[in-house]
Amino acid sequence: MDFISILSIFVLACFVGYYVVWSVTPALHTPLMSVTNAISSVIVVGALIAAAAAGSPSSKWLGLAAVALASVNIFGGFAVTARMLAMYKKRDRKDA
Amino acid sequence: MLEAAQAQPAWVLLAYLIAGVCFILALRGLSGPESSRRGNRTGMLGMAIAVVTTLVTHIPAISGIKTGTPLPGQDEPYRIVSQLDVTTLGAIIIAIAIGGSIGLVTARKIQMTAMPQLVAAFHSLVGMAAVLVGAAAYLNPEAFGIAVRVTPIASPSFVSIFPQSRIEMGLGVAIGAITFSGSVIAFLKLNGNMSGKPILLPLRHVINLGTLAAILGLIAYFTQDQAPWVFFTVMGLSFAIGFLLIIPIGGADMPVVISMLNSYSGWAAAAMGFTLHNSAMIITGALVGSSGAILSYIMCRAMNRSFISVIAGGFGAVASSSDAAAIDRPYKRGSAEDAAFLMKQAEQVIIVPGYGMAVAQAQHAVRELADLLKKEGVRVKYAIHPVAGRMPGHMNVLLAEANVPYDEVFELEDINSEFSQTDVAYVIGANDVTNPAAKSDKGSPIYGMPVLDVEKARTCLFVKRSMGGVGYAGIDNELFYRDNTMMLLGDAKKMTEQIVKAFG
Repeated sequence: MDFISILSIFVLACFVGYYVVWSVTPALHTPLMSVTNAISSVIVVGALIAAAAAGSPSSKWLGLAAVALASVNIFGGFAVTARMLAMYKKRDRKDA
Repeated sequence: MLEAAQAQPAWVLLAYLIAGVCFILALRGLSGPESSRRGNRTGMLGMAIAVVTTLVTHIPAISGIKTGTPLPGQDEPYRIVSQLDVTTLGAIIIAIAIGGSIGLVTARKIQMTAMPQLVAAFHSLVGMAAVLVGAAAYLNPEAFGIAVRVTPIASPSFVSIFPQSRIEMGLGVAIGAITFSGSVIAFLKLNGNMSGKPILLPLRHVINLGTLAAILGLIAYFTQDQAPWVFFTVMGLSFAIGFLLIIPIGGADMPVVISMLNSYSGWAAAAMGFTLHNSAMIITGALVGSSGAILSYIMCRAMNRSFISVIAGGFGAVASSSDAAAIDRPYKRGSAEDAAFLMKQAEQVIIVPGYGMAVAQAQHAVRELADLLKKEGVRVKYAIHPVAGRMPGHMNVLLAEANVPYDEVFELEDINSEFSQTDVAYVIGANDVTNPAAKSDKGSPIYGMPVLDVEKARTCLFVKRSMGGVGYAGIDNELFYRDNTMMLLGDAKKMTEQIVKAFG
């Protein structure tokens, strides 16, 4: 991909992000933070490339460390979001 | 070399694109609690697609040279062969397993009240991961396909990183490092390891702007000279600026800080995505970056502060000069029994929770109280100020944890008009967000901030530990001395439990 197509994706994604995030209900702002946290760990892609590449042992170790850190975030972020979201309940019919 | 490394097969590009779309859907799902759970699962799917695609296309391999007769069309009598590098693959799996189990255990065990700290800690990890990936890319640029090997005449060949990639890498590492050290400070402040009071260095604006300029200058210079000192100075200075930026910011501004760091972690991922030409990372980075930016904006607006003034820091450092006399002012004090009596008589009670409820872990007691009231035929609602607590949506999560149905919980603008028709406002652990001075006192540091009109309720019950303390903004609250305010002095949880008992 050349720079311009990458830039296009980026700019369009910023707009998508803008509209999608404004539609998030304020009650879910904390889960929003934890899930954005989890997905920003997609940086693990870079970490995996570094860890798998031959040629530089130090680069490989840095990659492995980054894989571990990003994994904490991926698993922790999605799990804690799921835990929070499971708590949001509507009023029971009986109470109403 | 350049073409070979960057030309990814079409299915790989598509897979990353699909992962990016999954992430968009994950955020889209958060428009309502019902769709949010499915959204979260879509996010997980996206992450799985991204990870698996990367693993499959970057299988760790050991290359060796095999000699033999040249293949057709080859001149050399040897071939480069590669075989699976089991050690590295094992190491990657172990790294994922270690990180994953730490993450899962933390996610299970963490208390909901500690959510702001956890989010700050997670942000720091994203930042650090970005720094490490940047450093790895710097040390082994060929693996990322961002360099060419140059062989000048009469000197050894070397690897030259593309100037454009140097900028992207430099920015990615800088933003990552700022995210890391900033989040660490935010974590320490939120976790109570460090005072929430702003720490003000002399000349801090000069130091900060100077450091920032130095970082940008060095990144520009990096395109001319890829020497290690340039790269690592950028990294070091960025760690320093992250630290310097957050220490002067006080506890009350933490919701903005934490949203801002959220945004930074996104931009760091996006910058790395530019380096790696990876659409999943770019889409995610843009999403997270705008998400954090919007949240910061919402938080700033809810405090009527400009983003610049929050970043400049120092809010809440100086106590207002007028409160020396204020301490002796007369106020009405009530008991748990009085409160129970008033609430029982009421037609509608609005509960206004704040950070104090989180500290005292009072959300379950509050919900118990609400249940009793409902049994008595009282209408119960909850009113939440956008900056109540230490992060966006903090109170909503706590109430959800205590099984409060989300359709009883209202945002500031939706419920503010109802206070005038409400018999009792029960303010528990919120202070600055109810301060009427924000509406009337032009000299007040919080003047202009939208507040909950609790004083318009017939009676305002205000739970507070003691009369001495002031809110995080460091100012006295006019509300305490009003005729229709009854102060309930005590721990938020104990007081609520006593009221519950008084019902019995």
